[in-house]
Amino acid sequence: MASLTTSGVLDLVTRTRGKGRLHWTDWLAYGYLVLGLFLMFGPVVWVVLSSFKSEAQLLEFPPTALPYGQVSVVVPGYPEPLPLFRVRASDGSVRELAQIRRIGIQAQMVDPAAPGTILRVDIAAREPVRALSLATENYTALFERFDFLRYLWNSVFITVTATLIMLLVNSMAAFALAKYDFRGRDLVFVLTIATLLIPPTVVLVPVFLVVTKLGLLDTPWGVIWPGAATPTGVFLLRQYMLTIPDELIDAARMDNASEWKIYWRIVLPLAAPALAVLAIFAVMWRWNDFLLPLIVLSRSEQFTLQLALNSFKGEMHTQWGNLLAMTVLTLLPITLVFGFLQRYITTGIATTGIK
Amino acid sequence: MATLELDRLVKRYGTVEVIHGVDLQVPSGAFCVFVGPSGCGKSTLLRMIAGLETVSGGEIRIAGRRVNELPAARRGLAMVFQSYALYPHMTVRQNLAFGLENLGTPRAEIARRVAEAARMLRIEELLDRRPKALSGGQRQRVAIGRAVVREPAIFLFDEPLSNLDAELRVQMRIELKALHERLGNTMIYVTHDQVEAMTMADLIVVLSKGRIEQAGPPLELYHRPANLFVAGFLGSPKMNFLPVRPAEGGVRLASGDLLAMPEASLATAGELTLGVRPEHLSLAPEAGAGLAGRVRLVEHLGAEAYLHVETEAGSLTLRTTGASVAAAGDRVRVVVPPEACHLFGPDGRVIRSAAARRFTP
Repeated sequence: MASLTTSGVLDLVTRTRGKGRLHWTDWLAYGYLVLGLFLMFGPVVWVVLSSFKSEAQLLEFPPTALPYGQVSVVVPGYPEPLPLFRVRASDGSVRELAQIRRIGIQAQMVDPAAPGTILRVDIAAREPVRALSLATENYTALFERFDFLRYLWNSVFITVTATLIMLLVNSMAAFALAKYDFRGRDLVFVLTIATLLIPPTVVLVPVFLVVTKLGLLDTPWGVIWPGAATPTGVFLLRQYMLTIPDELIDAARMDNASEWKIYWRIVLPLAAPALAVLAIFAVMWRWNDFLLPLIVLSRSEQFTLQLALNSFKGEMHTQWGNLLAMTVLTLLPITLVFGFLQRYITTGIATTGIK
Repeated sequence: MATLELDRLVKRYGTVEVIHGVDLQVPSGAFCVFVGPSGCGKSTLLRMIAGLETVSGGEIRIAGRRVNELPAARRGLAMVFQSYALYPHMTVRQNLAFGLENLGTPRAEIARRVAEAARMLRIEELLDRRPKALSGGQRQRVAIGRAVVREPAIFLFDEPLSNLDAELRVQMRIELKALHERLGNTMIYVTHDQVEAMTMADLIVVLSKGRIEQAGPPLELYHRPANLFVAGFLGSPKMNFLPVRPAEGGVRLASGDLLAMPEASLATAGELTLGVRPEHLSLAPEAGAGLAGRVRLVEHLGAEAYLHVETEAGSLTLRTTGASVAAAGDRVRVVVPPEACHLFGPDGRVIRSAAARRFTP
């Protein structure tokens, strides 16, 4: 795979069909790409921007794209900072005044420059002075009022452990199905693949019963074990391992390697690209998993991030600010994982299919 | 150093029998080559000896000890594979050491043996490279090195030269032969190339359809083939075969010419096959003698030339010197010396062998 230089990328991205000017197909292509960009990134950008808005601004209509906050000033003689308003006087002149309190349709206001006199203003004649401001309390509250780090740890523990166990279990199954010739091998493989036909929600109740009987309810292991073996993982790894030459395994046998050693020292290292792909998938599946943790974990100290997010959504009242802030934090690790490992996805998927 | 004995060895896949009771004794220190066309069972036989295939019947004995049930690693053998089968994720040094590590060999001993093998095979400067960074010939050497460090009783080679280009193949052939002379181990070598078999072997085993057609020293097989298959398989260009009928005092060719073979007992009736090597045929110096024919094609190889001649008795290939004057289309006469002719019966077995000694080129 040729690595593209920066100028090469630029050249590729700015290449057009029309020579010098844009052909109509170029317009179409760019239009399609821009539309796609908005469809993909619009919601994500909206969530990130909204996570910095105050609760009041989130409920505002029409909504603004950027997070604004009302400017407040400290006026001598008043202990609290006062919100600043722009007031239109009857003669048409505009002044900035701080509001002390509001009584009915009248507001008591004061000029920060002359704090001595209190002015009465019709509330219809004033509008808040606003400036860009980030409501970082959405984030700090997560750490102060909620046990964010505990949920993060729960999620990380479940994701990492489940991914490692899954890679081990699936690669062993794949090795057996790819490299051993035994009676009923094809049947086992077909059965494994056939489980893809059953939606996970259908087996949710049986899984719950098994987890309960095993006493794993309300423990991370109750979420980890049911996902340890996946037909997709077995299939992906088996297809890749089929491309490892049998002669290599014969050579290892001649070299006095035990079957376990062949698996550990020869097959696993050679299946690394496929393992990387599966690891990325596994991390994403586990991290974003919601349904299984929801039924298995009921005590809040065992909650994963996804469950904690859900708990922000109350029956009467939803704390949108905290919810959005936590959503952003939940998205971050998976984005980083994907960003660092995405090249393995493309090369891995390309090589698992054909070789 | 060990002998290898195969006793009525049989291999079945389900109900299909692919090796039909093979008997063979390979003396200690011999270079034994299994040769035959693809699908003759030579690789299966080698893998059975190696322990990579189970034995369906009969017995394999190494140094007199039955090894049928021993796993591959415990038979004291080392194998060089056709694709080299070097572990791609390990360096050359790790490749060489892997087998010894698995045997629990002390670290210092591993280092000593790896260094020794690397020096012998001239791959010292490659020890820290990965197989991907090696050329075909270098990979071949590393694969041999991996077998050498194990210090096995018997070396097994599964068509090790077939992935190399022609020039390198000739060079590696010489190196392998030299290696055998230096180490003195018993070696079993599988190939489909009869030139490799002829040049390297002390003992050639010609296989066809899961049976041994003939086993013996190369020249013995070349000059006294036991049947049509061996006669046709060894030698390049192939031996000429002509259909003949027994007649008074000799055999009669399809053209009607009589070849005098008074000493042959030709009691057998029916169709026989006459075999004669291209190098034993020659063009008649004067008109009237020999088989009349027409040159179809001349292949010039420099030192020698092959003449393909159509006669009424059948088509013949002649080996002549490079200075051959005949050209395509020429009418020639071909001399068939009776003493150089083999006769094969209707079942393909030899009835009469050539008086080969006088014709050894």
